[in-house]
Amino acid sequence: MTTSQNVLREKARNAIETQPYKTITVLSSLLSVQDSIGWIPSEALEEVARVTSSTVNDVWGVASFYPNFRFTLPPKNSIEVCWGPTCHVLGAQSILQHILAEVGLENEGETSDQHLGLKLNTCLGVCPHGPVASFNHRLQGKMTKEKALRLTKSLMKETQND
Amino acid sequence: MTEDFQKLTLRSKLAWDLLSQKPWIRVGTGLFGEASGSLQIIDEVYTAIKTNALEATVSEVGTSGLCYAEPLLDIQIPNRGRVIYGNVDPSNVEYIIKEHLAKGSPTKKFALATIDCHLEGIPKFKDLPMMKGQIRIALRNAGEIEPGDIDQYIANNGFVGLDRALSEMDPSEVLGIIKSSGLRGRGGAAFSTGTKWGFLAGNTAPKKYILCNGEEGDPGAFNDKAILETDPLSLIEGCILAGYATNATNGVVFIRHGHDAPIDRTNKAIDACYADGLLGKNILGSEFSFDMEIVLVGESYVAGEETALMEAVEGKRSMPRFRPPFPAAYGVWGFPSNINNIKTISYAPEIVRNGPEWFSSIGTDKSKGTAIACLSGHIKFSGLVEVPFGTSIRKIVEQMGGGDPNSKSIKFLQTGGPLGGVLTNDQFDMLLDFDEMAAAGAMFGSGGLIVCNQETSSVDLTRVLIAFDQMESCGKCFPCRLGTSHLLDILDRACLGKSLSGDLQLMERVGQNMKVGSLCGHGQLGYNPVASALKAFSSEFNQQMFGEGDIEIKKFVAPLHTRRGSQTLGETPTSIVKEDFTFEPKLEASQ
Repeated sequence: MTTSQNVLREKARNAIETQPYKTITVLSSLLSVQDSIGWIPSEALEEVARVTSSTVNDVWGVASFYPNFRFTLPPKNSIEVCWGPTCHVLGAQSILQHILAEVGLENEGETSDQHLGLKLNTCLGVCPHGPVASFNHRLQGKMTKEKALRLTKSLMKETQND
Repeated sequence: MTEDFQKLTLRSKLAWDLLSQKPWIRVGTGLFGEASGSLQIIDEVYTAIKTNALEATVSEVGTSGLCYAEPLLDIQIPNRGRVIYGNVDPSNVEYIIKEHLAKGSPTKKFALATIDCHLEGIPKFKDLPMMKGQIRIALRNAGEIEPGDIDQYIANNGFVGLDRALSEMDPSEVLGIIKSSGLRGRGGAAFSTGTKWGFLAGNTAPKKYILCNGEEGDPGAFNDKAILETDPLSLIEGCILAGYATNATNGVVFIRHGHDAPIDRTNKAIDACYADGLLGKNILGSEFSFDMEIVLVGESYVAGEETALMEAVEGKRSMPRFRPPFPAAYGVWGFPSNINNIKTISYAPEIVRNGPEWFSSIGTDKSKGTAIACLSGHIKFSGLVEVPFGTSIRKIVEQMGGGDPNSKSIKFLQTGGPLGGVLTNDQFDMLLDFDEMAAAGAMFGSGGLIVCNQETSSVDLTRVLIAFDQMESCGKCFPCRLGTSHLLDILDRACLGKSLSGDLQLMERVGQNMKVGSLCGHGQLGYNPVASALKAFSSEFNQQMFGEGDIEIKKFVAPLHTRRGSQTLGETPTSIVKEDFTFEPKLEASQ
């Protein structure tokens, strides 16, 4: 077993043990891992199974059901665009397509250098401010093509400190 | 009044008096604030106060419902009322605060409304078009008090209902009050809340659950999130009352993961209640004990269905269960449970405090009280309006909502979420009423009204709704799983101008099968948006599907999770979505 696998396992175990809410289940443990390390490595599936006395298959069944979870390293920066009906009516498709063209993607996904990822969200929850998008997990309402391109460009330029 | 509550009331009065002796600045910084940029505003407020050495209390509140004017900056000066500034730009914050706090002269240019004071040319808050006609019960504290602050909540009549119930009433009396108030569920099914609580009260098991459904995956509805971010204590008080009335022992608030402001604020409020003896053992010194906690769920629309919700609380995939057994007999973890929407439960404290007659005097014959409508889409004043049932849809959309921002005519409303239907402009004189709206083929649902102007294509919107339904189908019942895929295929074809001659009949047949062959509302109502749009705009569908001449083709990039996700419109929809999970799990069991 490599060191990096051990580190991941340790991180996952930590996240599961320090989860903030009282009821501990497969789902709550997975959410906690996702929150603290940003993705679900296979080590985490095993750890969740161990803590909740279930099988890895059961855990994978839950993990693959909810779109919250990702199973590869997350990109350094992220954009989420809402495609819910309110945002759609207000022109979310056009904004989305402009962002996709700027980033060089065809649909949801990540740039090849893992610098920027784009996700479609069914509802970011703040419909009165539609069209809504989120840039590095900060909600931005009343989106226009110009605003979206400006924010996308600033994320593309952003250099990471790590 | 119980002794414990007397102490709390005294403490809260002191805190409230202290608060009203200093200038008080409120900024809405929940989800809605964040989206409008109010996090920058609050930073500017703190800086302005510090650099100008001013004295003021600053509170981060929730949304006041006037989302169109956010970010709001609300400044209250002792004995001189409040001025609310709207659409505040971060660069103006210091100027506004200096003028108002240091010089005592509010800046009219940025002012939106006033409360308890007069400012030439600026309307009173209650006279704003969006506020006129509102009766605020569940939203009574929206934007007014700091979420989760027990003292401020009690100073605004909070926990009075609970105290009265615990000191003067039997559980059956509380149940009787809810029954005779005529409160009906605000989550969509509009079932009598008192009757529902009665089912649980009749079960004598020692451990029973009250589940508060804040999943709210409904696009277009945001009133649950608003209640949680602006006044979580209303929900908590309501939940304790529900627990008392039904003799339940545990409460669970169920919120979608990722909505941080509602989650954090509810969490803070629950902790505060434990600290003050409002939750836990022997609440307010009475015999009654009740525990409450938050459970988060992943993104899943079906998790809002009551039995799927219980599966999700247990940490499994949110798929509906067979009924019977019904939740009141066998619920979460096998314990008898009662599930209500956040809004429904948040009405309980005021009903118990003011009595059932007060509540049932508001609204129509069969729909009592108020409804919280969420206005979004092509509307000038977007946000939340709490109006008595019996208000006309036209009044809500045209007067309170201000109509289309560019004065275009409104073509239709999409109501009741992605499983709801459309209400066309000529139906707008209909009164807000659960039964009347259901009879017209549109559900009021949980209150989302998506306003669409004349330029909206109903075929295009229906496709988005069905894409949503298809993606969110949990996959348990095949009529729903395959049916939504079929419907999406057909609507995709329609939008491509490649409809086949029998498509309309095929949709109808698929829809009927979904209705009879699905366990939960998702499949049963899955054909609803198509049926409703077809009825209202049949010529538009016919033109799009079988019309002569040019048909506008709209590109639609759908998420990878939908059936059409791997393609964009313009290609023939034949293949199925590609695998988007690159990770392969290890199949052997762990040690």
